[in-house]
Amino acid sequence: MSDKEPLFSKKNLKLLSDPLNSSNPITVQVLGICSALAVTAQLKPSVVMSLSVMAVLAFANVIVSLLRNTIPNRIRIIVQLVVIAALVILVDQVLKAFVYDVSKQLSVFVGLIITNCIIMGRLEAFALGNKPWPSFLDGLGNAAGYGVILIIVGFVRELFGSGSIWGYKVIPASWYIENGGFYANNGMMILPPMALITVGVIIWVQRSRNRKLIED
Amino acid sequence: MKALRNFFEKTKPHVQKGAKYHWLHSTHDAFFTLAFVQKDTSKSGTHVHDYIDLKRTMGMVVLALVPALLMGMYNIGYQHFGALGQLDTAGFFDLFLFGLLKVLPVIIVSYVVGLGIEFLFAQLRGHEVNEGFLVSGILIPMVMPINTPLWMIGVATAFAVIFGKEVFGGTGMNIWNPALIARAFLFFAYPAQMSGDSVWISASGIESMADGFTGATPMAQAVLGETNLDAWHAFIGLIPGSIGETSTLAILIGAAILIITGIGNWKIMLSTVLGGVFMGILLNIFAVNAYMEMPFWEHLIIGGFAFGAVFMATDPVSAAQTEKGKWIYGFLIGVLAILIRVVNPAYPEGMMLAILLMNTFAPLIDHYIIQGNIKRRLKRVQQSA
Repeated sequence: MSDKEPLFSKKNLKLLSDPLNSSNPITVQVLGICSALAVTAQLKPSVVMSLSVMAVLAFANVIVSLLRNTIPNRIRIIVQLVVIAALVILVDQVLKAFVYDVSKQLSVFVGLIITNCIIMGRLEAFALGNKPWPSFLDGLGNAAGYGVILIIVGFVRELFGSGSIWGYKVIPASWYIENGGFYANNGMMILPPMALITVGVIIWVQRSRNRKLIED
Repeated sequence: MKALRNFFEKTKPHVQKGAKYHWLHSTHDAFFTLAFVQKDTSKSGTHVHDYIDLKRTMGMVVLALVPALLMGMYNIGYQHFGALGQLDTAGFFDLFLFGLLKVLPVIIVSYVVGLGIEFLFAQLRGHEVNEGFLVSGILIPMVMPINTPLWMIGVATAFAVIFGKEVFGGTGMNIWNPALIARAFLFFAYPAQMSGDSVWISASGIESMADGFTGATPMAQAVLGETNLDAWHAFIGLIPGSIGETSTLAILIGAAILIITGIGNWKIMLSTVLGGVFMGILLNIFAVNAYMEMPFWEHLIIGGFAFGAVFMATDPVSAAQTEKGKWIYGFLIGVLAILIRVVNPAYPEGMMLAILLMNTFAPLIDHYIIQGNIKRRLKRVQQSA
């Protein structure tokens, strides 16, 4: 940092904020869709998944950025994979130790963070060509952009699919048909197709607000 | 009529561009064109138009649906009083009136929700109101079990109109039949309320059913291997089932109307039936259980097969467009419908899924038919050159 750029310069803040909207990994770049559909049936796994991806992406970015001048170009992919895999195993162990039930729920999808295209994408596109601090912010920003979508989808799907939020029932039990009411949970919300449609609606809303994103 | 026309003519200047009520112009246009054939002529391009525009076409389809709808209403009353064991005492009008009162709210919900969304989108986007919902709005109630809660029908209609139609650009742009989207949505979203034996018969408030009476549809019984179907009852429509699908007789009347007026495509109807017969015979030959042994022609009169073949598969927007393609499209619908019915007990009614699947493949079929045609003609050109 020879030119004494402030830690939170405008450029660096943009790294954090852009992925939240105009270059969102899921709704604009359409990466990481698979896990977004798989883990979002409830809010809690969505949040845990977002945090896991955030930890992996931020630190993988920093480590690769530190190594960027020593990694031979021809084997850079495998080096990146080693870094990601090591971090994913760490995250997996932490989840198993502290939030075992959610870890069970997420099952293979924690391990599959390794194959999440967002992470490889950011390493290739950003960390290999930038200094550690901006890389860290870029990782945080992109993981946050991913997480925001996951949390919205998880919220909607849990509310309408299971009638609860964060595991707490929010729709009164007396409303349900079984108890003489009129309401029934929407079983399709639990299925992956509805997650895709929910993501589609988010993209729809986002593009109608941010017209720059509409391609001709 | 004259007064109504005058009203529309008089209010027209107020919704012109720049006038005070311009934001209402698509609503005004919708009602005006619905009520009267327009005097306007084209300003460019084609100047010769068929008198039968999209609204008149849709009106004819609705007319063709009326026999099945009336029969469905009667059948609801028939099933209800049958469950009570009072068929001997209740007269024709008791049965019909009961059914009418049950079906009317469903139709109203379907139209209010569907048209409400259509008008909203038309206003927001500033285009004309699409006519397509005139038919979808009556098809949706007709494919629903009578005991479906009204709010579910509202939700399904909203889903079908928004995600089945509007996101693709409105009427004429949709990939799937909107009414079947509504049905499929309910089937997957609320399976407990959409299947089983109790949803097919309006029996609320009935404490004890008549002896030996179950609400199971012939389809559900066939899955269990009980294939002693009363074919005559099934043909005229006195069996449990969705509102409009039970009466094959009434559906045939509708089919005749569609074919005579040239609105429904007879090739699709015929090839669908042929496909169903083909698969039915094939299953008969290789039968290993009671359901597979069920005579092939009985498949045509139970469940939604006839209704789907006549009113759903022929939807001009989502069906195949090429003439040869229509034969393939219809035939595969018939084959798949019977196959899903018999082989997969989780989905007792295969017609809905078969049509939706073939809707998806219709553009592909068309593509290969057209490419084949181009290749053949290219060859001819090269030979003669």
